[in-house]
Amino acid sequence: MERLEFRFAGRPGTPVAETGEALVGVVGSGNLEVMIERVDLGGGCLAVVDTSIHGFGDTWQQVLADFVDRRGLANIRLSINDGGATPAVVVLRLDQAWAGLEEGER
Amino acid sequence: MIPARHSFQEAGARARIRALLDAGTFREFCGPAQRHTSPHLPTLGMPVAFDEGVVVGEGAIDGRPVLIAAQEGAFMGGAVGEVHGAKITGLIERALDTRPDAVVLLLDSGGVRLHEANAGLIAVGEIQRAVFDARAAGIPVVTVIGGRNGCYGGTSIIARSCDRIIASEEGRLSVSGPEVIEAVEGVEEFDAQDRALVWRTMGAKHRRLIGEIDALVADDMEAFRGAVSESLGKSRPLDLDELEAEHARLAERLARFEGVSDAREIWAALGVNDPDRVSEIEADEFNRLVATLEGARA
Amino acid sequence: MNADAALSAPPVSSTERLIDALFDQASISRAGPLVTGTGTLDGQAIAILATAERAQIGADLALAMARNVLDVMREAPGRPILIVVDNSGHRLGRWDELMGNNGYLAHLSTCLYLARRRGHRVIGLVNELAVSAGFMALGMATDACYAMPEAEVRVMALNAMSRVTKVPLDRLTELCATSPVLGPGVANFIRVGALRGIWSGDLSAHLREALAEMPGERDTRRELGLERGGRTLARDIAAQVRAGV
Repeated sequence: MERLEFRFAGRPGTPVAETGEALVGVVGSGNLEVMIERVDLGGGCLAVVDTSIHGFGDTWQQVLADFVDRRGLANIRLSINDGGATPAVVVLRLDQAWAGLEEGER
Repeated sequence: MIPARHSFQEAGARARIRALLDAGTFREFCGPAQRHTSPHLPTLGMPVAFDEGVVVGEGAIDGRPVLIAAQEGAFMGGAVGEVHGAKITGLIERALDTRPDAVVLLLDSGGVRLHEANAGLIAVGEIQRAVFDARAAGIPVVTVIGGRNGCYGGTSIIARSCDRIIASEEGRLSVSGPEVIEAVEGVEEFDAQDRALVWRTMGAKHRRLIGEIDALVADDMEAFRGAVSESLGKSRPLDLDELEAEHARLAERLARFEGVSDAREIWAALGVNDPDRVSEIEADEFNRLVATLEGARA
Repeated sequence: MNADAALSAPPVSSTERLIDALFDQASISRAGPLVTGTGTLDGQAIAILATAERAQIGADLALAMARNVLDVMREAPGRPILIVVDNSGHRLGRWDELMGNNGYLAHLSTCLYLARRRGHRVIGLVNELAVSAGFMALGMATDACYAMPEAEVRVMALNAMSRVTKVPLDRLTELCATSPVLGPGVANFIRVGALRGIWSGDLSAHLREALAEMPGERDTRRELGLERGGRTLARDIAAQVRAGV
């Protein structure tokens, strides 16, 4: 297993509006689970990835940075348990996680 | 028009709970944000799951309070490890404090998780003990089987320790997996690749016909929900008379079917006219058949 | 006894020898792998339910054992039951699965549970071997289960476990040296709280002590696992869920 941690600037200084979390996906071969949580990170975002496939730090960095950027996220913690998912599956789960978080808050 | 089915089998553990409970009533215990993950899997280089592959909590069905657990079959085959098992045990024990109308266990498991085998085995023993304690307190414990893994190993023994079992046509219930029998006893004893043989021997229709499960439903959330709802508040006594009756039933089966090698012989003996068709018929027709057979017996 | 009977009688099993050593006097009979009867210790009668020769627990054997428990409940209310566990697990066979062996194993444990509730003290003692479902349906369905020093308790042999988990055998063997949750062995099952302890030396004294203990209301195996450092999370997780947190 390899643990990767990424910090993103997000929107610095943004106060925490609410709390909540969502979990999507299941850990398995070629699959992953993503937990998304609202926590006070001073407007930043944090991603912690535990993956069974070593050596793909750059790819994770890209995919996650793009997600944070695309959604304009702040004060979001992403926790990922990965069983070797492709980037396409990762992107899908990230979007599902965000949708799940928003749905839970409606 | 035939209403679209919402498959139980295709759904994950959380979706199953959402579909079975009244909307908005579910409250999860020891949820994923608490990160009570297995300490044993990382030692073996295996990924963990935030909910340890089982979702437990409370909610309502038709306004009646229930405790519910759902194994996530896609994580480690729904296998029971230390934390996974302790979540289920704690949930069932909670019934002694809150006295719900039922404890509902959505089992989808190959049995004990070998990566933490000893902790998993004692855990299934503890779950079974908790089931008995709840039953002895008059709280019904209902098992639901309809996931991809079926219900095997220690979990199959837990299932039969409950008051009632509901399964879909796709459900399987057996202590040994087909591959294990083949690996140990040889392909002549059991050909694990022969899917028809697997279903005939371990599948829910056979189990319903011989009386090992209580209700067979289509692979449809509403059908499951209806069957669970009907089970609420109905407990089977846990006393000597009941166990003697169960014993007589089990003894009769062994005596009657000694040496039988194929389920179709059993079904024919039970009065099924066309055993070869059993695998094909839909749940409704199958249940009419069971009702006819039970009527004829009574 | 005539000569033919003497020839056809199976050699005395270690289970039978163990029973002899445990009691002042024991009257047992053997039918295949099943050994049943009554033993006396300090004038107290104790029902004996045992298997020999590392029996495979098929549906028929599980049923016969359940019958024995039901009979003890009817004929000798309150009499303690000693289960001598010696099995290779459940029988792997097409017929047993057709019959629904899981239902028979569950019935056996249900009978033992009811016996405990009706005031029978139920003690388990693993003689040679206890495997997986064979340990669950018997050893774990007791008030307290112990093991002989040479006994083995396991879910699966390590080489088979290596095949299924795809963890190399030497790695598994190495991990077993430090992890009580993984590998076979009485010591590990003691540490996770599944076994109370080992009986050696004066066996009758151990039995006397186990019988004298008051049965607890709660399942305390998680607490044992925590105290012994073999299963450190189960107790608190279960308690937390029970509290609805």
